[in-house]
Amino acid sequence: MSVIYLLLTLSILVAIIFFIAFIFSVKKGQYDDTYTPSVRMLFDDEIVKEKN
Amino acid sequence: MEMQQFYYDNKIVKKFIYATLLWGIVGFSVGLLLAFMFLFPNLTDDISWLSFGRLRPLHTNAVIFAFVGNAIYAGIYYSLQRLLKARMASDFLSNFNFWGWQLIIVAAAITLPLGYSTSKEYAELEWPIDIAIALVWVAFGVNMIWTILQRRQRHLYVAIWFYLGTFVTVTVLHIFNSLALPVGALKSYSVYAGVQDALVQWWYGHNAVAFFLTTPFLGLMYYFVPKAANRPVYSYRLSIVHFWSLIFIYIWAGPHHLLYTSLPDWAQNLGVAFSVMLLAPSWGGMINGLLTLRGAWDKVRTDPVLKFFVVAITGYGMATFEGPLLSLKNVNAIAHYSDWIIAHVHVGAMAWNGFFTFGMIYWMVPRMFKTKIYSVALANAHFWIGTLGIILYTLPMYVAGFVQASMWKQFNPDGTLAYGNFLETVNEIVPMYWMRAIGGSMFIVGAFIMLYNMVRTIKSGSDVTDDLAEAPALQKVSKYRTKGEGWHTWLERKPIKLTIYATIVILIGGVVQIVPTLLVKSNIPTISNVKPYSPLELEGRDIYIREGCVGCHSQMIRPFRSEVERYGEYSKAGEFVYDHPFLWGSKRTGPDLQRIGAKYSDSWHLNHMYDPQSTSPGSIMPGYKWLVRDQLDKSSTVAKMKAMVTLGVPYTEEGIANAQQHMTAQGTQIEKNLYADPDFVKNYEADKKYAQENGEPFIEMRNREIVALIAYLQRLGTDIKVKDIQAALLTNKK
Repeated sequence: MSVIYLLLTLSILVAIIFFIAFIFSVKKGQYDDTYTPSVRMLFDDEIVKEKN
Repeated sequence: MEMQQFYYDNKIVKKFIYATLLWGIVGFSVGLLLAFMFLFPNLTDDISWLSFGRLRPLHTNAVIFAFVGNAIYAGIYYSLQRLLKARMASDFLSNFNFWGWQLIIVAAAITLPLGYSTSKEYAELEWPIDIAIALVWVAFGVNMIWTILQRRQRHLYVAIWFYLGTFVTVTVLHIFNSLALPVGALKSYSVYAGVQDALVQWWYGHNAVAFFLTTPFLGLMYYFVPKAANRPVYSYRLSIVHFWSLIFIYIWAGPHHLLYTSLPDWAQNLGVAFSVMLLAPSWGGMINGLLTLRGAWDKVRTDPVLKFFVVAITGYGMATFEGPLLSLKNVNAIAHYSDWIIAHVHVGAMAWNGFFTFGMIYWMVPRMFKTKIYSVALANAHFWIGTLGIILYTLPMYVAGFVQASMWKQFNPDGTLAYGNFLETVNEIVPMYWMRAIGGSMFIVGAFIMLYNMVRTIKSGSDVTDDLAEAPALQKVSKYRTKGEGWHTWLERKPIKLTIYATIVILIGGVVQIVPTLLVKSNIPTISNVKPYSPLELEGRDIYIREGCVGCHSQMIRPFRSEVERYGEYSKAGEFVYDHPFLWGSKRTGPDLQRIGAKYSDSWHLNHMYDPQSTSPGSIMPGYKWLVRDQLDKSSTVAKMKAMVTLGVPYTEEGIANAQQHMTAQGTQIEKNLYADPDFVKNYEADKKYAQENGEPFIEMRNREIVALIAYLQRLGTDIKVKDIQAALLTNKK
């Protein structure tokens, strides 16, 4: 069962990576606004050419 | 604010959509063929590359990695660019991703039917293809992260978090599950053995479901559902909360695939606990998806895209409710090895992944080709026939699973099994297999309707061109204090972060060095009776792997009275220490084979493999005639044994040197045993005479593949003699 050490290490490693990403994203203000992003994504940036 | 103009890469999305349509049809068709093989077992009689065992992994791989895989790429390449307001960073990497992935699929479609398989579920592809997968996957990830770095929208929308989580985790899972020692261009042995291999495999297998079939699709859901409904997601806060909790919990759930097996109990219970917890974040996503449609349900009546999405998300909700339920040990005791699991995965695959992909295609194609959908009526027809297909597929399979599992466990008042013959329990559910095949046919008819509809839509539209878009450049956050500072200088000011990063780097190095040692050490057998396979048995085991026997037969007897009564003493962890890879299986279409050794005569096995119905009337096993005809390839036996030695199997140098003689001797003994059957003698001598008279080369029975397979089967489970163990236990007590 020593393979559990490998799996634990990897799982915790992935968890740590995600945790750092989480802390980082919070600090960067990714979650300061939890409403605007959901609306912003509805708008397109494509320049629509008027049909003749 | 400076406005920048740029083009979204639509051509790459178009390519992935075409690939999704093509491989979807292929994957479903193979599945349908397999469904009909349950009804007509000898449908592809004597065509080795169309036999059930070899096609099953082709079906699962085609659906998961070809159909769903290409759909993921299509959806991500479409949504990522628009969410980041940036073109994909590298057109080369995008195309490398596309062509590389298609090449891998083609390689899989060729090698799997030819029998090149590791036998590890959803990771059957052999090592060169595994390396290619890793390369292409990393190229995809690099392209994605690179694009994120070039974004024009500072905030990362929740979908992108799901894409990133998918990339990171799948990379780690794929690499560590695929670690294997090659013994040839297309043959390798898993570095893990027995219980350990099983744990790694299902740690991977479950997370393949989690991070290939779930997280990317949740990300896609958070893009395409709001877009199609033109409503913001119900709760952005909930999407963030359920994302982080989902990815933290998911990775520990794997052991629930191994309940009541030889895996230590504490590991099983760990898997159960985390699986039950998973219900919350899973349903968080489901509820968030469905509630996004609040106030827009009228649109669901008219828009086929939303209809597909609603069934998809509902399917996700059902599958993720059932998942934790199936992880409970008492439920699992019934469902495991039965068709219940087949029903469960098809709710996920057909409804969640399939229907979501269909909805996505119906939404993207008209937009990209600047036209309207050719026929809304046909899309609606697809929706209804597909939905009915899913219901007709899954409901009978639930019934079949429950009925068969109940029959397996049924006892007579005198303590004997009520259905001692396994075949009785199979024949009972054949009507369910019929309904499944009909449901599957309906699902595939729907897919063809979509194909036609999309071809007509594409023909009526204009060529796909890259969309011109406009967005302001990202404003740099500039603080004069950190001006001109390099990343490392920044890192140095953050001692805690530096420590964490350093620890990670060290951990990786440590893992790579320490683990192989640990693994080899732990392969020392704990049961002294258990000996490595003889060279011929080892070759026979490789045939068992090649033919995909593990797809229908388990080698893991759970410690239940009903199983011990039917199959023999329950399996012990120590019995599998030389099994690279493990072959416990996950489905019992046929009976368990862990204690098949010495149960039947050699000639019974030969007749059974040649024509299963001759020895077992009503059997739904296909014949394996080529095994009886073909010569065993003994050219790499020595290399295989040496590889096993590297992995910790104690073959002696003398044993390896005498491998060929040993194989001939064991083969000759089996040939001699076969002579006990007069029918065999008659046919075999006639064949020999015919070959001599016509000057054709004749392969002696002792050199044929079937002899190796018989050697392996007769060895299975015989190392442990229950009486010996009981005696040993008694002496220990004294």
